[in-house]
Amino acid sequence: MAATDIDVKYVAHLARIGLTPDEEVKMSAHLAGILGYIEKLKELDVTGVEPTAHAVPMVNVLRPDVVRPSLPHEAAMANAPAQANGLFLVPKIVE
Amino acid sequence: MLNELTISELTTRLARREISARELTQACLDRIARVDGTIHAFISHNPADALAQAEAADRELAAGVTFAQKPLLGIPIAIKDVLAVKDHPLNCGSKILGKFISPYDATVIEKLKAAGAVVFGRLNMDEFAMGSSTETSAFGITRNPWDPTRIPGGSSGGSAAAVAADEAIATLGTDTGGSIRQPAALCGCVGLKPTYGRVSRYGLTAFASSLDQVGPFTKNIEDAARILGVISGHDPKDSTSVPVPVPDYVAALDGNIRGLKLGLPKEYLIGGLDPEVKAAVDAAVKQYTALGAEIVDISLPHTDYAVATYYIVATAEASANLARFDGIRYGQRVDGADPLELYCRTRGAGFGAEVKRRIILGTYVLSSGYYDAYYLRAQKVRTLIRNDFLAAFKQVDAIITPTAPTAAFKIGEKSGDPLQMYLSDIFTISCNLAGISGISLPCGFTQSPKLPIGLQLLGQPFGEATLLKLAHAYEQSTPWHREKPGTIA
Repeated sequence: MAATDIDVKYVAHLARIGLTPDEEVKMSAHLAGILGYIEKLKELDVTGVEPTAHAVPMVNVLRPDVVRPSLPHEAAMANAPAQANGLFLVPKIVE
Repeated sequence: MLNELTISELTTRLARREISARELTQACLDRIARVDGTIHAFISHNPADALAQAEAADRELAAGVTFAQKPLLGIPIAIKDVLAVKDHPLNCGSKILGKFISPYDATVIEKLKAAGAVVFGRLNMDEFAMGSSTETSAFGITRNPWDPTRIPGGSSGGSAAAVAADEAIATLGTDTGGSIRQPAALCGCVGLKPTYGRVSRYGLTAFASSLDQVGPFTKNIEDAARILGVISGHDPKDSTSVPVPVPDYVAALDGNIRGLKLGLPKEYLIGGLDPEVKAAVDAAVKQYTALGAEIVDISLPHTDYAVATYYIVATAEASANLARFDGIRYGQRVDGADPLELYCRTRGAGFGAEVKRRIILGTYVLSSGYYDAYYLRAQKVRTLIRNDFLAAFKQVDAIITPTAPTAAFKIGEKSGDPLQMYLSDIFTISCNLAGISGISLPCGFTQSPKLPIGLQLLGQPFGEATLLKLAHAYEQSTPWHREKPGTIA
């Protein structure tokens, strides 16, 4: 695919970021430049190479399954932008 | 002035009761009052809280607590605004967190407090650690103490500038692609990025979880060794922290580097490297030979692909990590008719341009139809980059390179061109992709204007003791670390 075919409006929607029309124009230009640069990875033959997700591979790290104290309710709610009755307030989801 | 001294000098004087912890913290606060109007290393700090901690340290010293028990007792250490300190603000250099107050301590903060440190201040940074100049902060720019018309580097620009300007004895920062080493180089102090998994990330607001590490900024190598010894170690709260024993890093600083092998990668001495930086690094290589180290020419063939790989891997991880800033449970909210509108408005208003750009890029490289071409391919190239280093470390004990291709650039010089800004991290980024350790230390100055130049040493996974030993031997045989910026006195 071409490096410049990014549909910024659509991807911003996927990322849940509202952009102004001006921001969309600037973002498209910057991202086209960056994606053009990133194209250089296609020069490499990666056939048979395993992907690295973490440089220090640690798998199935478990802790003992015991009850421990957690953040007190008031502390967890203390930074809420809107709350009532000890719950986070959100816009109506179901009519 | 007390605020100009190192941890080893200060602990000696505190132990003899020649000075008090309160006087020391007051000296840092006075310095901040005098110079931070220009430097702006701090987003905020609470002098009363810092002095109360210092007084508590004085009471412990009076009660006979020793530095063997609490190695940082009474030492003022300031914190990058991305690490949680209980009851202190946490903004990550962003508007989106609003008036957030941390409900708990990061593990590194718990460890500093247990070691007796006076933990204070919120240090400026690029928004969510995304940047190389501290210009993307929502709280204004930080200026380089060597030349206030220049950037301090980033993303931990506040952490580097505060140490260089003697506003704190040491600071903590974080490094995802060079965010400790590059600002340390540009401000003329020591900055250490530990091996991935060496230091707990619990309480560090995640940018790219497979790359982020916490590390110290200090006035010399011995201080870096002291702080690394305190903050390292396995943490059950971070499933990526590795249960490798923590050695005595200070004991490793014996000056004997005879026979150690330093690799000089040919890929790092080309393209865009400033001639004065090259000359300083060449001189450092000669100095190492004089000290008895052996220089070995090596190759890291995939170096040229590191920046492209990084900007796929890091943005992909960031797009997932920063999904949590949605205006529901904490931070700033911009209301909407439904949750979707609320999210888009909150994030549109709360994030700055660079953060939006990286989240959108990361979302794109993970999206259906592009995942294999970008993200999966980048993960495979990451394997090649890591293999380059593992092969090199079969031949050498550490790798020697410049930290950054140039000295500090002008404020505004690169802020309009994201790609040019990304390329300023060209020498530091591979280290994070490979998960190895790295350090930057002063190795000279440009002529006019006089600006610090940083030398980078890259070490084996969990090879910090060797790295510090090598760095210390060089430092002790050169005058650079004793130089202070004159422009803000």
